[in-house]
Amino acid sequence: MELDLTALFLARLQFAFTVSFHFIFPSFSIGLASYLAVLEALWLRTKKPIYLDLFRYWLKIFAITFAMGVVSGIVMSYQFGTNWSVFSDKAGGVLGPLMAYEVLTAFFLEAGFLGVMLFGMRKVGPGLHFAATLMVAIGTLISAFWILSANSWMHTPTGYELTPDGRFVPGPSWWTIIFNPSFPYRLIHTVIASYLTTALVVGAVGAWHLLRDSTNAHARKMFSMAMWMAALVAPVQIFVGDQHGLNTHEHQPAKLMALEGHYQSYPDGAPLYLFGIPNDREQRLDYALGIPKVGSLLLEHDLNAPMAGLDTVPDEDQPPAFIIFWSFRIMVGIGFLMLGLGLWSLIARVRRRLYDWRGLHRAALIMGPSGFVAVIAGWVTTEVGRQPFTVYGLLRTADSVSPLAAPAVATSLLAFVIVYFAVFGVGTWYILRLMAQAPHAHEDEPGDSERAPLRTAGITPGPTQNPQRGGEPLPDGPEEAR
Amino acid sequence: MINYDLTTIWALIIAFAVFMYVVMDGFDLGIGILFPTFAKGQERSQAMNAIAPVWDGNETWLVLGGGGLLAAFPLAYAVILPATYPLIIAMLLGLIFRGVAFEFRWRDPRHEALWDFAFFAGSLIAAFSQGMILGAILQGIAVEGRSYAGGWLDWLSPYTLLTGAGVTVGYTLLGSTFLAMKLTGDAEAHAYRLAVRAGIATLLLMVAVSLATPLLLGRYWDRWFDWPQILFTSQVPLLTAITAFALYRAVKKKRRYRPFVLSLLLFLLGMIGLGVSIWPYVVPDSITIWDAAAPERSQSFMLVGTLVIMPIILAYTGWAYWVFRGKVADEGYH
Repeated sequence: MELDLTALFLARLQFAFTVSFHFIFPSFSIGLASYLAVLEALWLRTKKPIYLDLFRYWLKIFAITFAMGVVSGIVMSYQFGTNWSVFSDKAGGVLGPLMAYEVLTAFFLEAGFLGVMLFGMRKVGPGLHFAATLMVAIGTLISAFWILSANSWMHTPTGYELTPDGRFVPGPSWWTIIFNPSFPYRLIHTVIASYLTTALVVGAVGAWHLLRDSTNAHARKMFSMAMWMAALVAPVQIFVGDQHGLNTHEHQPAKLMALEGHYQSYPDGAPLYLFGIPNDREQRLDYALGIPKVGSLLLEHDLNAPMAGLDTVPDEDQPPAFIIFWSFRIMVGIGFLMLGLGLWSLIARVRRRLYDWRGLHRAALIMGPSGFVAVIAGWVTTEVGRQPFTVYGLLRTADSVSPLAAPAVATSLLAFVIVYFAVFGVGTWYILRLMAQAPHAHEDEPGDSERAPLRTAGITPGPTQNPQRGGEPLPDGPEEAR
Repeated sequence: MINYDLTTIWALIIAFAVFMYVVMDGFDLGIGILFPTFAKGQERSQAMNAIAPVWDGNETWLVLGGGGLLAAFPLAYAVILPATYPLIIAMLLGLIFRGVAFEFRWRDPRHEALWDFAFFAGSLIAAFSQGMILGAILQGIAVEGRSYAGGWLDWLSPYTLLTGAGVTVGYTLLGSTFLAMKLTGDAEAHAYRLAVRAGIATLLLMVAVSLATPLLLGRYWDRWFDWPQILFTSQVPLLTAITAFALYRAVKKKRRYRPFVLSLLLFLLGMIGLGVSIWPYVVPDSITIWDAAAPERSQSFMLVGTLVIMPIILAYTGWAYWVFRGKVADEGYH
């Protein structure tokens, strides 16, 4: 790829940078919101304080993650207009309503109940507070639903009509637009990815504290919960990912050819390449190392099935193969490592060594950030694989960009890079600092900073007068009833 | 004809979203701008705690304004955003600093001064950018075919600097009257003093913008001063004057809720004034709301959802405000 700093290239770079950075936060907060809802539900059901402690421990981390997700997300919602105005004009009639529904059904729900979730336990009592937590968790999932529907439509557009001047307008059925062919696969794959990402982070934090003190009950609990998630969901994710791949094979064949490194057609069975250096210019895979016919087996379930290659796709319609060949392999490789970690934890459970097998804990610690790497790699695979189109096969990226001068885009890109690394770098540092503190009994709420004004007893419902509990004293004394 | 009605309804819905954003995040941003005038430590903590549980919901109206514009008037979205590119970017970056300061300030006591400054500067930059974006739309945008046709600094003019200052100062009025409701003691007295100054400055800038705007385009002048519609348009400045007087008395008498409510009314009148000037254009003199309208199927699909969901949103947003009602002084939720 030539590095020529046109406004188009800079705009693509800016979108890729801001969306990749942004995606880190929701991929963590979607999973974490659900985890918090589970913890609070377990606390309400069992009344065991350990769940409330874990809830509060992760709530502080959630607050920072969510704030960073919000502020980096607003950038995305405006960037369609600032940098991709022609795309917005042409596809706005179809995609705009999906995004508007995301705001109406998800963003307001999350934001409206977030305040109560973070600061309202003492004001509304445990029952309503749990309802607020649940609303935030559901909001994150609804948000994923709409934005992935919109994104999937750009990959597999259906249900539209084209005006004479090349604008997409909705056809008679919104159902056909929303549930476009790749959407169900992408939604399930992405939500599970976010659950796995969260499980690996929680697991790594648990492992870190187990390595320091293997008797820490809180660390044990979070490590165990996270490893269950990894063990149960990693295999499901590999299966769903495979189904998603088959869907791509059907609807976006060029993307699949490029990520498999299939430059040529294979009339009697395509290999599965494990290694290679894609060379778009020469249209061949250099240093290729592959297993014959397994590619056809995986994608067509037949060793000898013929498979077309990029030689059947005009050069100007091909995605850049090098990037997605490797991003795909990184994602899949990490997926299998997660599966391995999950299996290891099962073995440790059977041998009753889950909490003192230091090798397992070290492995879980190293795997902590791997979910983010896999998520970004997967995102790169699907988005770069859509190139050179914004709406697959119909609207070219080059024809989507705003009429902006290159210096304007270069300046904004530079500003985003500096601000994101500085601000979100610091935020990540704060999160790591919170994670470094061992989880313990009587965990603070996010607001209970040591410097904050002391609570006044007057308005705090005591354990016996709590409205949600009908006068029944809460477990562990007044500390838990705050 | 049906399409025309639908488009008009959507123009009103977008105007509602913009108004909600301007007043709700307006007081958040105003508090940010006034932040350095409060004493370090306790007073600032109280000021921030007054909005910590609700700022995120308030900011969501901005996303609805942007997302709604894309959905209902994609052409307007596609023209206005590139035309005001540096302002939009500045606003977004300002909002990043403002937003993370809510969390970071409490996480890092050693760098509290740094995040206090980020909270202030982010709020100021976002507010000023928003005011300038408003001015840039009002002064007109160069359009060719279906896209922006000007340079990347066309938005910069004395008029946009004036509207930038107007919105910034107006936000400080909302912020100070909101804090007057929520704070106690010295901080409360300080908020009332700020409200007096912010009120006077807001009114002066409203007058200045109102005098400058009809001179921008002939159409604005005719809209305001043509007989007989001047009988109606003249009511806007008249009501503004009455509201401003009532606001001044309410602040002087240290009423609890009235100054904030009257500040909201002042903003509503300002918004109506804008509507009088700009209607039925979204980009004055080049794109009307009907030119910019999304297909009827898009607008009707969204309208169904909006009519069902919007009351629910308003209900739980109201509930969240109700939960955190009252003076903030003794609450240690941050």
